[in-house]
Amino acid sequence: MSEKYVAVEIPQELYERIQKRVQETEFGSVSEYVTYVLREVLASLEEEEEEEVFTEEEEEKVKERLRALGYLD
Amino acid sequence: MVSKPHGGKLVRKLMASRTRERVLEEINEFPRIEISERVAIDLENIAHGVYSPLSGFLCSDELENVLEYMRLPNDIPWTIPIILDVADRGEFDEGDAIVLYHHGQALARMYIDEIYGFDKSYLAEKVFGTKNVEHPGVAKVYRMENLLIGGEIELISEIPNKFERYTLRPIETRVLFRERKWESVVAFQTRNVPHLGHEYIQKSALMFVDGLFVNPVVGRKKSGDYKDEVILQAYEKLFEHYFPKNAAVLAIVRYEMRYAGPREAVHHAIMRKNFGCTHFIVGRDHAGVGNYYKPYDAQEIFNEFPDLGITPMFFWEFFYCRRCQAIVNERICPHSDKYRERFSGTKIREMLRRGEKPPEYFLRPEVYQVVKNFRDPFV
Repeated sequence: MSEKYVAVEIPQELYERIQKRVQETEFGSVSEYVTYVLREVLASLEEEEEEEVFTEEEEEKVKERLRALGYLD
Repeated sequence: MVSKPHGGKLVRKLMASRTRERVLEEINEFPRIEISERVAIDLENIAHGVYSPLSGFLCSDELENVLEYMRLPNDIPWTIPIILDVADRGEFDEGDAIVLYHHGQALARMYIDEIYGFDKSYLAEKVFGTKNVEHPGVAKVYRMENLLIGGEIELISEIPNKFERYTLRPIETRVLFRERKWESVVAFQTRNVPHLGHEYIQKSALMFVDGLFVNPVVGRKKSGDYKDEVILQAYEKLFEHYFPKNAAVLAIVRYEMRYAGPREAVHHAIMRKNFGCTHFIVGRDHAGVGNYYKPYDAQEIFNEFPDLGITPMFFWEFFYCRRCQAIVNERICPHSDKYRERFSGTKIREMLRRGEKPPEYFLRPEVYQVVKNFRDPFV
């Protein structure tokens, strides 16, 4: 089974810049390097997205339990 | 701000009360399978979001991706297969709903997406880096049944839990960390009574974050392990006497160790991310066993996951140096090995077994007293 890949176009000059950089790293190819960088960028963007909140009722129930167990005053 | 759940959304697969009543009335109409302790614990963790984004046991495409690429098909990092094995198809088929039982208790309803075979040898090689049956994790794989069932679950009832008082679910730790105004939280996983090496790692990490989450793993024990109640009481004493008030939270997670070294270190980090932690301590030979993994392999693997969403904090092994007269490690101690007293769990256990008090640079006296108060602190 192979991981699905799609081809993406980037400017030639950018490719050559990355290729030069990759030679000084442990990455095996431009694709590997670009995949790594994009995952990193996407992860940090996703971190900034709106977080799902608990309902007030859920939160209050949780706090009650935390107080009962001594985790909250 | 606490970490987002892995995959972006905290999974909670707890059956709503009215549905639960109906299902329990009709329970005998569902085909049933009896699951092992390991699967029951995994089920609990899926249901409460410890394994977010998983909402059930892996199907074949997910398993293949995890084994080959350490990612789910949607590219989210995932390193340990969470799978449910069965001996045969029994009275059920793909598309059916079944009930999972453990020790006669109905734990969950599961919708079967897929029933499939798998290559145990391939799985062992990928997950553990070895097919050697001497490896305890490999041995367990070979003892598994030959078929796997993939599909979503909904929890009907909780597994009996004698550590209810110390059990916090991810939704609870997230609220707790927020109430304490902790923007950064480091998690420390343990299966042992704390010695000073542990304490120094925890305190070193605590210098850089708002709070410490000590998360003992409670699960299947081997002979010679500390009993869980000893570990918990020892930590309570350690926090009482040696940590600032409210610097740390102690709560258990039920989990069966795989001893998969590097892959499992990443999995443990993901679990703690789901609890809301922003950092995870990875020491020497995390989740290792015997000599299957190099001492710091479990730190290096994190280089492959720039998108993990929780920051590993790497520590070299601490030891007591008689020249420094302090707890140090190789980064900060220039002295030779002859001055070093290593924190050997085996050595400390043997001292305790002989009724010998370990030196105070190994074990705090209050922790020693806890262990001594148990007639038999070991499994």
